Amino acid sequence: MSPEIRDLFRIFAVGFVAAIFHTVLKQSGKEDFAHWATLLGLVAVFAIVIGYVDHLYHEITSVFLLQ
Amino acid sequence: MHIVQIIGIGMTATVLATLLRQQMPSFATLVSLFAGVLILLLLVRSISTALGTFQQLTAAANMSPMFLQTLIRILGIAYVVEFAADVARDAGETALGGRIELAGKIGIVLLALPIFKDVLDVIVHMIP
Repeated sequence: MSPEIRDLFRIFAVGFVAAIFHTVLKQSGKEDFAHWATLLGLVAVFAIVIGYVDHLYHEITSVFLLQ
Repeated sequence: MHIVQIIGIGMTATVLATLLRQQMPSFATLVSLFAGVLILLLLVRSISTALGTFQQLTAAANMSPMFLQTLIRILGIAYVVEFAADVARDAGETALGGRIELAGKIGIVLLALPIFKDVLDVIVHMIP
């Protein structure tokens, strides 16, 4: 289980949990909390993805002499 | 860069994205974006070895390195733009994908201008 694959499943897990929270909170009538839960999940996933995008950006700019 | 590893990442990401797409389309896009970034990371390392051999060939043929540098930059822009445009199109933003591709094309034209000027100079000098 290389770190990349672990992060891929971690992203899926955060999204899945956020989806579950969203539907549970919506059913129990707390609509606004549901949106907050989704937003929180999205921010967490973005934090993971941004790290890899930054690494990719540096890799590409160095290999393709773009900077 | 192991081809089976890349196919594995692609397959798992596709399955995970379809699982997430019903409730949360935004998360599905993020999963597919992340898988794309992973695959590109694996590929960039092997591309750099290929570019290294090209640089040796141009050095051996004692061409000016400026041509190959522009070529490598154009290649980089093409890869990144194609990746971003496909992610945008995947998320349903076809217009945005087109805008990204337009920006890539303009970038490539700007990079190719000096070489175009050199070619014209050579042609002008050939005419007596």
